[in-house]
Amino acid sequence: MTAVEVDDIRKSYGELKAVDGVSFTVAEGEFFGILGPNGAGKTTTLEIVEGLRRPDSGSVRLLGEQPWPRNQRLLPRIGVQLQASSFFEKLTAKEQLQTFGSLYGVSAGKAAEYLELVGLTDKANEQENKLSGGQRQRLSIACALVHDPDIVFLDEPTAALDPQARRNLWDVLREIQKRGKTIVYTTHYLDEAEILCDRVAIMDHGRILAMDAPAVLVRGLDAPTHVTLQKGTLSLEDASVLPGVDESHENEVSLSISTRQPAKVLATLAERGALDGLQVRTATLEDVFLQLTGREYRA
Amino acid sequence: MTAFKSLSGAMFKGFFRDRLSLFFTFLFPLMFLVIFGLLFRDAGADKQKIAVVGDGPIVTAMESSGIFEIQKFTDSSAAVATVKAGDLPAALIVHGSRLDLRFAASDQQAAAVVNGIMNGFVDKANVMATGQQPAFELSSEKVEDSSLKPIQFLTPGILSWGVSISAVFGAALTLVSWRKKQVLRRIRLAPVSPTTVLSSRLLVSIGVALLQGVVFVLVASTPLFGLQLHGQWWLAIPLLMLGTLAFFSVGMLVGAFAKSEEAASGAANLVIMPMAFLSGTFFPVENAPGWVQTVSKLLPLRHMNDGMLDVLVRGKGMEALAVPASVLIGFTLVVGFVAARVFRWED
Repeated sequence: MTAVEVDDIRKSYGELKAVDGVSFTVAEGEFFGILGPNGAGKTTTLEIVEGLRRPDSGSVRLLGEQPWPRNQRLLPRIGVQLQASSFFEKLTAKEQLQTFGSLYGVSAGKAAEYLELVGLTDKANEQENKLSGGQRQRLSIACALVHDPDIVFLDEPTAALDPQARRNLWDVLREIQKRGKTIVYTTHYLDEAEILCDRVAIMDHGRILAMDAPAVLVRGLDAPTHVTLQKGTLSLEDASVLPGVDESHENEVSLSISTRQPAKVLATLAERGALDGLQVRTATLEDVFLQLTGREYRA
Repeated sequence: MTAFKSLSGAMFKGFFRDRLSLFFTFLFPLMFLVIFGLLFRDAGADKQKIAVVGDGPIVTAMESSGIFEIQKFTDSSAAVATVKAGDLPAALIVHGSRLDLRFAASDQQAAAVVNGIMNGFVDKANVMATGQQPAFELSSEKVEDSSLKPIQFLTPGILSWGVSISAVFGAALTLVSWRKKQVLRRIRLAPVSPTTVLSSRLLVSIGVALLQGVVFVLVASTPLFGLQLHGQWWLAIPLLMLGTLAFFSVGMLVGAFAKSEEAASGAANLVIMPMAFLSGTFFPVENAPGWVQTVSKLLPLRHMNDGMLDVLVRGKGMEALAVPASVLIGFTLVVGFVAARVFRWED
């Protein structure tokens, strides 16, 4: 069963083609990530899918329903966290959840449950503007979930968070997926997408450049694996003639070997007992991303 | 919990937790009430001052009339010196049946008044001395109730002005801030009708306006100011609600155009301050040039003022509401329609 079905949507603002023929489907219960540099068209795509904007052409179906024009039947089944933290003035965390819940006819008692889900139980009576960035972000996710929607849209939920807060939020996102929700989210943290997402779409210039499970994308890259050893474990000359080694070099602290046959190289090194300080770095989604979107700097 | 109830509840809480909005809603207009109330407290009860040396039936009659504020002197030269110095407009020196009135010609108006009043007293005393019935008798009484002090005029005006501030600012700032923070978009993505959201915000504004009415009237009724409400004062309640509607629609219009809270505040002030002056909130416009009065008649605040004055202190009944209510409703419909047309969910 597909939760989200997007077919060739396009949206232009004057000359700028913000979304230029995007199609994808998301299965029920799937965690789907949209990645891309700033200005790639992620947010516009998400807004069209949520029903906030009308595409110039193309169609969107959420749970079989059209989100545009504003579809009262669909609204209770989707939960949206917007890019800015949208809250009511001067309300406490609990009151925010109760107020957003009431828009969906959810009883006030539900607030406690969702505060616990996002780990804000002890901040229930704290006003929203007194929370930290990470806590506010978690609260806004709780506000998107309080009416128990089937599909959850999150726009850069982990942006501008410190590493602890980010990992904290990952646990929340995993818990949401465990509850059977379909999650569509945008991010520009590739490590995060690789860990969390079942599938990702890499976007740039309003188009999807690649779409698959992160591991499949990485494997398809045919990038070398980097094996690093402590310097002195093996001489540079010996390393360069090992079977399967493409390239090797040395600096003051380490010896680095790149290879496309890591199994063979590692086996040989193990035989020789030369594994001191071993580090193996394979290609990541970041490599895929950079190969697809180029390396030029973007603001 | 219904969306309407919880949204209104949320906005009431937000309002009462915001010190700045509390200040501008209650303290700021009250400051004007206190300042003008104290400034004009004795106006209207202005008594003619005079220095008096000696005693007699004329002086007794002057004292009991309540027209004069008498300063007694024992020495006539000291009394005359006070007049020369300009501290008092005139000095009356009594030598038995002869009365000397020495006045300062530099203050011609006061001198004429004192001369006139004194002539009256002397003539009346002369007639009485002859023992004849006076041929003519003058009986005078003012039309206003004796309690018509300046606070009676100030309170309705400042209350209407205070309501215009809270309703315009409340609507405009909520709209701008919700659009900026994307709360509007978030609400749009919830299965709740825009009418519910709008009416819950309106309920908050009406509640605040009624509360302003209670607070301002209570303050003005303290012995310090001495406001006295008249007969059908409760007719002010529908007027407060209609006024809130009219100014709320102005706020929605301002909020539709303003991009930031700062711009909204500026624009709201630009609307309210000139309107307050032209509507006679602080100073009566009756003496202003004709065109000012014409403009004044076009403003909703002017009509709210007039209505408030009629029902709160002039003791008029339901019929006094007809014009103000129709103007306010008409204004709400026109401005509300325009505001709805230019409304935007997002920037």
